[in-house]
Amino acid sequence: MELQVNGQTHQVEAPDDMPLLWVLRDLLDIKGPKFGCGVGACGACTVLVDGIPTRTCTTAAADVSGEITTIEGLPDGERLHKVQEAWIKHEVPQCGYCQSGQILAAVALLEETPQPTDADIDAVMTNLCRCGTYPRLRAAIHEVAGMEG
Amino acid sequence: MGKIAKYTRRGFLGLGIAAAGGLAVGYYYYKKPYPNPLPDTLAEGDYSFTPYVIIGSDNAITIITPRAEMGQGIHTTLAALVAEELDVDMDQITAEHGPAAAAYYNSAMLEEGAPFPFFEDGFMAETTRGAMGVLGKFLALQVTGGSSASIDAFDKMREAGATARAVLLEAAAQHWGVAADSLTTTRAEVINPNGERLTYGALAQSAAKLTLPKPPALKDPSNWRILGKSQPRVELLEKVTGASIYGIDVQLPDMLYATVAMSPRFGAKAKSADEVAAMAVPGVLNVVEIVTSAGFGFGIIASNTWAAFEGARALAPVWEAADYPADTAGLKALWNEALDKDASFTLGGVGDPEAALQGAEVIEASYSLPYLAHTTMEPMNATAHFKDGKLTLWLGTQAPGIAAMVTAELLGIEAGDVEVITTHLGGGFGRRAEADVPLYAAAIAAQTGGKPVKVTWSREEDMQHDTYRPMAEARLTATLKDGLPEALDYRVAAPSINKSLFARTFPNMSSAGPDRSILDGSFDQPFSWPHSRFAAHQVDTNIPVGFWRSVGHSINGFVHESFLDELAVAGGQDPLKMRLAMMHDERHEPAREALKAVAEMAGWGQPLPEGVGQGIAHTLSFGTWVAEVVQVDMRGGTVKIEKIWAVADPGMVLDPGNFEAQITSGIIYGLSAAVGQEISFDDGRVVQENFYDYDALRMAGVPPIEVALLENSPRMGGAGEPGTPPIAAALGNAIFSASGQRLRALPFGNDVEFDLG
Repeated sequence: MELQVNGQTHQVEAPDDMPLLWVLRDLLDIKGPKFGCGVGACGACTVLVDGIPTRTCTTAAADVSGEITTIEGLPDGERLHKVQEAWIKHEVPQCGYCQSGQILAAVALLEETPQPTDADIDAVMTNLCRCGTYPRLRAAIHEVAGMEG
Repeated sequence: MGKIAKYTRRGFLGLGIAAAGGLAVGYYYYKKPYPNPLPDTLAEGDYSFTPYVIIGSDNAITIITPRAEMGQGIHTTLAALVAEELDVDMDQITAEHGPAAAAYYNSAMLEEGAPFPFFEDGFMAETTRGAMGVLGKFLALQVTGGSSASIDAFDKMREAGATARAVLLEAAAQHWGVAADSLTTTRAEVINPNGERLTYGALAQSAAKLTLPKPPALKDPSNWRILGKSQPRVELLEKVTGASIYGIDVQLPDMLYATVAMSPRFGAKAKSADEVAAMAVPGVLNVVEIVTSAGFGFGIIASNTWAAFEGARALAPVWEAADYPADTAGLKALWNEALDKDASFTLGGVGDPEAALQGAEVIEASYSLPYLAHTTMEPMNATAHFKDGKLTLWLGTQAPGIAAMVTAELLGIEAGDVEVITTHLGGGFGRRAEADVPLYAAAIAAQTGGKPVKVTWSREEDMQHDTYRPMAEARLTATLKDGLPEALDYRVAAPSINKSLFARTFPNMSSAGPDRSILDGSFDQPFSWPHSRFAAHQVDTNIPVGFWRSVGHSINGFVHESFLDELAVAGGQDPLKMRLAMMHDERHEPAREALKAVAEMAGWGQPLPEGVGQGIAHTLSFGTWVAEVVQVDMRGGTVKIEKIWAVADPGMVLDPGNFEAQITSGIIYGLSAAVGQEISFDDGRVVQENFYDYDALRMAGVPPIEVALLENSPRMGGAGEPGTPPIAAALGNAIFSASGQRLRALPFGNDVEFDLG
């Protein structure tokens, strides 16, 4: 199969039902998407497929034809994405394991709704964080929205 | 991208790191320092000064921060301790975990394990604390736990910075032919009064030839430039770019992938398994047996992780029966039988509670707490390479020394032949202090023909093979006098974590003495009972129990503080005023101040609408006094958690921003458990499988949390755990205040419905 990841084309041999997560991590050595649950319940494996947040642990790689963006592909060259910058400013990450997925989910939210309300954030930001970084995560999203305004 | 230190590159490839056995108990006199493990690891042009400081000729400064970074910001705080005294700025340094070595023992953790309340300063308490610290040194426990890392490091790492600075000053003084005390330092440079400057890097080679002096006098806190102020975390850039290497991300040449299928009936072995079906899964290469003190089962080796998971499913082992009651009801009956029998031991207690309760009008209550899993975001994993009699482990661990010791024992090699490379940890919460993960990885690595293997557990395997927060049942009886608490009989049935830990980790040793974790959070609280007795009714099974964020305090914090609320109601007292009235002792002052401060923040006592209520609780744990208020709105028929206020007093705050984040994190961790988490048993095994039946709070369910910090306590306390213990009681007390419904069993979600957004 052929996969477009972060602007590069990869030819991969994998079983049709192999989840995109494991193709990315174990076959292509792209480690940004994290394994958390394997059942699409936690969001640690989130990537963007044509800009849409997608939980890769329950998505067969063979079914994906769009452009995949992982956390590694988010910065513009050496320049961090504004969501990444806000994450640093608000010191959001603790253990950091869920943050690749959180950041990509936030990028998609802000693309769709540049000035989200708290209710908008609650509705979309459903990824699990066991360190409880939610308050700072919310503040960082509002910060980016403020920069837009 | 963040600068990657030379040390990391070498270290991460596993090249030239001195391996050190965890349990180097020899003839060391306890005051003799362990050797500096760094010289063997250094690249050309790098020099080490103490086990904590590496200075390169290029003025690159690396500070070794030998505790597990699991999100608590400890690398930043530890580096700041050295940087303050070394006189370098935080933007000039790199922090690295460094090797597993005896030099990095943690004595503060054991000191707090002594069976005395934190505020008890009597002769016995002080001597025992001191002796436990010495034990920590002998055992060389390089453990991250007990919220102890900053306390342990506070003097050691400041002294390391000051010592390194002194020897650099001496080298500069010799170079210029002037007296060292005429020189000053700033931003990694030594300054001559004549205006000349030399960088630390330029001095490193000559300074390294000098003998390290005794640690010079440390700065007075009033002169601190870095400590006491919020610092940017040292590892943020890599964490927002996906560059952090967690254990699960380790990639080695020729590496195989594996998973485990361990017996879900603890202590039971397999009756049968379908190895043919497992081997038929494309990508599965081998199925091997695992026999260890921590568990029995199988390793499934494959060409990728997903194939290993599919192979484990196909293997479908059938297990023998467990030797403990098969379901939660049976286990609870066993716990209640233990409560009917004599106590295993008591701790603390004053007066004559039996006489005081005899014939008095009493208030009685029973509380129930379930087993809890840790569910770190990163499932358990380890990478192991066993070749030519030497084992290398890549492991996100809170206890590298213990991992080295137990894997060496399993493989029949010396602990010195095990090298543990500590990666980032995708959450720890106590789970990553355990040795089962490296043990199983080592057992598999012994059967790969010398190839490295990364062993990743599925979430289901992780949730069903945890070292659980113990289940507990408590029975309390009290009486009042003039509306205030007079006598308490406090009984709790729970397993001993120490006993369980030793059985699975050091099966040839036995844990000595009473396990105070069964009663932590009760007997050791700042509360002046005229008569009290705190009794542990120990009940042990093969179900593994372990250190879950705040350990025993999470159990007794709930029981003790919920019952105080019940007594306040029974005595017609305000719960805050009753607590203040019972904190007589001057040593209880930090608790009183924390409670008063949180009450003021929350507007405690002001009228609230019918159906809205506030609850208050205070627990002293790990040396930090934490008071919390929760406000709930139940007017909609469900429980909406509106807001949480917290005041924490750790005596001294080294990094306020990070401390606040840790208290908030601990609150949310405890709140998730109080609202909905429960590990239950059926058919001898854990019922819950994944986040769909053992979830934690998401963004929408977490209310605004306001945290304030105080510094009244006389000794420094921890950050990572103390936010957790009071939250369940504060929430339960708020629900009572709003509805009159008293909840005595966790999780509350079994009895009331929460509005989680």
